[in-house]
Amino acid sequence: MIDLLAQFNKAFESKARLNIMSVLMVNDSMSFNALKELLSLTDGNLATHLRALEESGYIAVSKQFVGRKPNTTYAATDTGRQAFQDHLNALEAFIKNL
Amino acid sequence: MYESHEHLQTLTEIRSLMERSSKFLSLSGLSGVSAGVVALAGAAVVYTRLRADWVSALGYLPAGSYTDTTHAALVPFLVQVAVAVLVLALLSGTYFTVRKARRQEQRVWNASSRRLLWAMLIPLATGGLFCLVLLMHKLIWLAFPATLIFYGLALLNGSRYTVRDVESLGYCEIGLGLLALVWPGYNLLAWAIGFGVLHIVYGLTMYYKYERNTA
Repeated sequence: MIDLLAQFNKAFESKARLNIMSVLMVNDSMSFNALKELLSLTDGNLATHLRALEESGYIAVSKQFVGRKPNTTYAATDTGRQAFQDHLNALEAFIKNL
Repeated sequence: MYESHEHLQTLTEIRSLMERSSKFLSLSGLSGVSAGVVALAGAAVVYTRLRADWVSALGYLPAGSYTDTTHAALVPFLVQVAVAVLVLALLSGTYFTVRKARRQEQRVWNASSRRLLWAMLIPLATGGLFCLVLLMHKLIWLAFPATLIFYGLALLNGSRYTVRDVESLGYCEIGLGLLALVWPGYNLLAWAIGFGVLHIVYGLTMYYKYERNTA
């Protein structure tokens, strides 16, 4: 049991981060506003979680301008995809073993 | 025990988010029903006009008989009915889908609906132009199966971005289009089944499968 729990990724401890990753797994890239709407998080909350994921190297951020408005989009990196898969596998194994 | 329940819930939530964020799920079954009713009405209008001998009037006649005036007058009439059906079906379909999206508290115009629209638009526009050229060459009867086939392909392409059931509807439309190609005498009938009956059946199935409980 302890072994299984050890594989739980600390970066995904918060539900919001796990949710962000699951959205980015199936979408090539997602804008800040689309994520905000989908996950119903506040600006500050979402930004904090996104920064944490970016610092772990799980998501890549790209900033462009659409006209004069800045448009920030997020995409999962290969490391992030792998980490997410591992985390899900650990979750699954944990549930199966109960 | 409590923890396992929590993890299960997390997994369910992840699954739902993955689906919700990549697919447009607000497509209403009632949209299909209304589009089907409009199409049946359109087919009825065409049928009344061509009642005399609607099998041959659609132009499935030996080559060279397309020069007479009845057939020349038929083309604008058919195009007008087809355009009217298309516009009315789109309007009523959009209405029910917008209504469903509002109830689900989702935006209608989001990344997934854009993807769905784009995936369907390319085959549909190709089909539309293809049929216009067929009409230009006075191949009226060929335009009927062609609309069905191209519409089926559009559904098949779009089904990746919405509920999977759209895929089955696509296969049915393509099959029906091919059958209509083999038996051109039943063009109008195939058209009424494809755009009318199939839409109504599909719409009701969707409605009872996904919406009745939430409506």
